[in-house]
Amino acid sequence: MAEIKKEHQLIVSVSPHIKSEETTSRIMWSVTASLLPATIMGAYFFGPRAIFTVAISIIAAVLSEYIFQKALNRKIAVSDGSAVLTGLLLGMNLPPSVPFYIPIIGSFVAIIITKQLFGGLGFNVFNPALIGRAFLLISFPKLMTIWKEPTAAFVHLDAKTTATPLGILKEEGVAKLMEVFGDKINLYTQLFVGHRAGSIGETSAIALLIGAAFLLYRGYISWHIPASFLGTAAVIAWIFGGLSGKGGALFAGDPIVHLLSGGMLLGAFFMATDYVTCPSVKKGQILFGIGCGFLTMLIRLKGGYPEGVMFAILIINCFSPLIDRGFKTRVFGAIKETKAKEIKK
Amino acid sequence: MAHTDKVSYWELITNGIVKENTIFKLALSLCPSIAVTSGLKNGVLMGAAVLFVQVMVNITISLMRKFIHPKVRLPIFMLVISGWVTVTDMSMAAAVPDVYKQMGLYIQLIVAFASILARAEMFASKNKIAPSMADGIGMGIGFLFALTVISFFRELIGKGSLWGMPIVDAKPLLIMILPAGGFFAVGILMAFFNWIDIKFLKKGVSASH
Repeated sequence: MAEIKKEHQLIVSVSPHIKSEETTSRIMWSVTASLLPATIMGAYFFGPRAIFTVAISIIAAVLSEYIFQKALNRKIAVSDGSAVLTGLLLGMNLPPSVPFYIPIIGSFVAIIITKQLFGGLGFNVFNPALIGRAFLLISFPKLMTIWKEPTAAFVHLDAKTTATPLGILKEEGVAKLMEVFGDKINLYTQLFVGHRAGSIGETSAIALLIGAAFLLYRGYISWHIPASFLGTAAVIAWIFGGLSGKGGALFAGDPIVHLLSGGMLLGAFFMATDYVTCPSVKKGQILFGIGCGFLTMLIRLKGGYPEGVMFAILIINCFSPLIDRGFKTRVFGAIKETKAKEIKK
Repeated sequence: MAHTDKVSYWELITNGIVKENTIFKLALSLCPSIAVTSGLKNGVLMGAAVLFVQVMVNITISLMRKFIHPKVRLPIFMLVISGWVTVTDMSMAAAVPDVYKQMGLYIQLIVAFASILARAEMFASKNKIAPSMADGIGMGIGFLFALTVISFFRELIGKGSLWGMPIVDAKPLLIMILPAGGFFAVGILMAFFNWIDIKFLKKGVSASH
């Protein structure tokens, strides 16, 4: 038999045939990088203590992952960056002044209980960093709600404690918020830059938006979840936000304050879009985002906590598999069961 | 299940504690294992109440087994169980009124425990009195053991105390005495006991068929 030239051979191999250069670890490290501007702003406003908290959180997350995988003789997958990302997100969601053991406990819960016990990366039902934070908020309600007043540089080590804008809004209303920040323009500017009390990484809207723009540009996240999340929240804030307090009216709320304060931007762009815990169908993602926005505003306006992003995302996380089923794409060439029966008749 | 002639009483008792532990192995009656285990005292008393009911129900059913028509056996089991639960309920209300105030509802709920009806149906109605009693003791002690362990860790970690007395002087993990912490505790302990089973007793696979 004549030898067949290499270029004429028909090579049969298993799909996929065209591979993207994107890998899990590349995406994870990119998301981590996109969070750096917000972390740096947090460090700038809250001082060395904030850097310390974030660092401990990351180290504890990586160590938890390493020890668990070592103990169970699983492949050590620390270098894929998912543990670093979880640790970073958890650190960014903590108040700047927490004692050192808080991020350690949070990382342990996030990595081991939420992620590894469910089967590791890709199998967790809930966002690990958010479960870590929810665990801490419920366990240490006082420590987790001590907010430091931002200082403009690294000079003041002992900053005063104060309330977050959402806390003021919840307890004392819009008038007090205006009193604290002066006028409306100043309020928006301060919120936009991040000069306000809050968790380390959530305060600076501009830094978060830069990171989000990078992720959107690279295609790591799509616009569906953030847009529907923020859109729903803005609409609800506009319609019902003005109802609280005396002389409240419909359509009098301030959506911008609600969007820029709390963990709304961090949650919408970086937490709700977690590949593992959000639906993979685009239409489903829009429903997912609407649910997150609705629950967030429900908790903010009517619930006991001033901030609801964390619980909203966690609750909607449960529905992800259901949403995916509901918006299942039609198999090519397949027809619906009822139609098939009709044809048979 | 009518294999009592070959099995010793000791094996019947240990079966309920280790191999077929109500909570850690069969995952039955999980409601009280979360609802009443926020403190060691509640957990132990609940376990003791269940132990008593389980033994008495097993003995009674075993005594009556020849007179119970198979078609009406479940209502009769339920009547016997509720009878003994009422006895326990009233005794506890009289003896330990302050604890009863907290967990009285759950004592009455013992009527609906799957584990007690299951033992009556699967064991006591088919076996003589002595083995039925041994089975009841084993199952009851297994339940008591599980509730004690769960409530021990939950109170220690969640409140830093044991039996109401402060032990550890550190910030407690408040979540452990809340329902969510109950799920954490039960889940982790269940995993731990299954791990022991597979690692040291090598029965994990065969016990679960």
